[in-house]
Amino acid sequence: MIEIKDLHKSYKMGSSSLHVLKGINFNIAEGELVAIMGSSGSGKSTLLNILGILDEADSGNYILDKTPIKNLNETIASRYRNKFLGFVFQSFNLINYKTALDNVAMPLYYQGIKRKERYEIAMRYLEKVGLGTHSHHLPSELSGGQKQRVAIARALASNPKVLLADEPTGALDTKTSYEVMELIQGINDEGKTILIVTHEPDIAAMCKRNVVLKDGLIIDDKMVEQVRASSYV
Amino acid sequence: MFNIERWQEIFEAISKNRLRTFLTGVSVASGIFILVILLGAGKGLQNGIEKQFERDAAGIIEVWSGTTTKEYKGLNPGRQIQYRDADYKQSVQKFDDKLDLRASTYNYWGAPFSYGKESGSYQYRGVTPEYGRVENLTIVQGRYVNDNDMANNEKVACIGMKIKTDLFKDKDALGKEIIINGINFKVVGVFTDPGGEREEARAYLPLTTVQRAFGNGDKISNLFFTMKKTNDYDEALAQSEKFTKDLKDLLKSRNMVAPDDDGGVGVYNSVKDAKQFYDLNLYIRLFFWWVGICTIIAGVVGVSNIMLIIVKERTKEIGIRKALGASPFSIISMILHESIFITTIAGFVGLLASLLLLEFVGPMVQSEYFQNPQVDFNVALTTLALLVFAGAMAGFFPAYRAAKIKPIVALRDE
Repeated sequence: MIEIKDLHKSYKMGSSSLHVLKGINFNIAEGELVAIMGSSGSGKSTLLNILGILDEADSGNYILDKTPIKNLNETIASRYRNKFLGFVFQSFNLINYKTALDNVAMPLYYQGIKRKERYEIAMRYLEKVGLGTHSHHLPSELSGGQKQRVAIARALASNPKVLLADEPTGALDTKTSYEVMELIQGINDEGKTILIVTHEPDIAAMCKRNVVLKDGLIIDDKMVEQVRASSYV
Repeated sequence: MFNIERWQEIFEAISKNRLRTFLTGVSVASGIFILVILLGAGKGLQNGIEKQFERDAAGIIEVWSGTTTKEYKGLNPGRQIQYRDADYKQSVQKFDDKLDLRASTYNYWGAPFSYGKESGSYQYRGVTPEYGRVENLTIVQGRYVNDNDMANNEKVACIGMKIKTDLFKDKDALGKEIIINGINFKVVGVFTDPGGEREEARAYLPLTTVQRAFGNGDKISNLFFTMKKTNDYDEALAQSEKFTKDLKDLLKSRNMVAPDDDGGVGVYNSVKDAKQFYDLNLYIRLFFWWVGICTIIAGVVGVSNIMLIIVKERTKEIGIRKALGASPFSIISMILHESIFITTIAGFVGLLASLLLLEFVGPMVQSEYFQNPQVDFNVALTTLALLVFAGAMAGFFPAYRAAKIKPIVALRDE
């Protein structure tokens, strides 16, 4: 599903340059649940942003579902994001003035789906994450865990190939984190490819594969025995 | 192309951000409102100043008689010239096609006026009906001297506000008999004059009555003319100078005054001095254009500033939308549609409110220096279109920039 070869990324910091990714190589197969781990500054979020076509690598190859992702203009990049990818952010990134249902329906608007149909789809996904009764709540009326569920429903609504989650439990308490991970594991069980960036070992332990970054390089990449979140909930 | 889905999305954004929409609308509406009121007030001030300047009709040519200084055809110098009706009639006959107003008067200063126990000394003038327009006076009660009064030698008087106040105090003067120089005259009108109290201490009587009742025969004191209007000052001046020369020649010839004698026939051509009026009028118009343009610039800057703030405030939302698949075009289109919609609706509200205010409140705030505040509707509409365009442009550039930046940068915006 994802092929990465010799990926490099630097940021300009005034007159100097910060080399964040120094040649990343790895492949992710369809249906995997991968945790990308590493301490702060290791480059894990930068990698996720590049995989999400939110940012661009300086060099290297990135192939997403057999489609080379390189030198895309913003219009094509937005089309690929909509078609291939779903995002879950640490800070949820819901639009505050839109209800849960409106937020979930938004990627479908950019797919050109008619209003009635997109709200039906959005409702299905809200019910899937257990928030069918909260569809007309604004984000400000939801708890942290509920917001992240709405974000997951939104990420899934456009039926992407890959779900990318950047610290999805970073803003949640332990119990809520496990509930969100249980939901993610369930989605993965249905066959969705999921990448999670986390610095929490217990969250990583709930994934099937752990990739560890340090100073912009992969220092470990192993399959792990998956801990089921349901055992904590 | 009209896209109902896009408009639904836009209306949702507008309706769910009521405060932002309201504040933007209020800013735009108040901008247009202030601009139109300012333009209207400017016009009112201009009208008021023009009115003040035109104490008498613009471009009067006044003729009076004097004493000759040169002997001519056996007549000694030092002869007092006295105009008569025939001088006036022949002048009118000869130059009628060039004239706008024409009037003749017989003036008498210091005449005793009385009504009951009240009395005073004022000027009276025997006048022809068009003289009212020469003096630019305003009838506040009753009427002015008319052709019927002239034809029937009616003993009627149109008195100035000063005389009315002095003789009648708060009482109504219309229809009352006053005594002027020992003869009873019926008050048929009361006037005010932009020339002030001095010109309101007068009574206007029919010229024919003054000539007969006071034994003046066919004598007249002054002749007044204005020329047909032209917009070009230089042309107006040239025409009036030729007319005054021809008129002088005619009157000198009729009254046996030497052609090179400046003493017998006096003519004052106010068109010469009207240059000042033409210039002042030009400066006033330039000033209000300048004020108007500055106000429009202020409005454009204000609307632009609002749009800049709105787009800046929505940078993170733009990042989220882009992450979810919004193309740069859809982002720019959304912001432009919203801004044009809000500025147009709000602009029309502001425009309507200001026009209603000018229409209904304008007449209540008339004063000497402020008259008929009004604004050209086309100018107001053009201004509105300009502000809407400016708002759209001001929204376009930050929207374009926001649509172009990497979504990850927009998402980091707080």
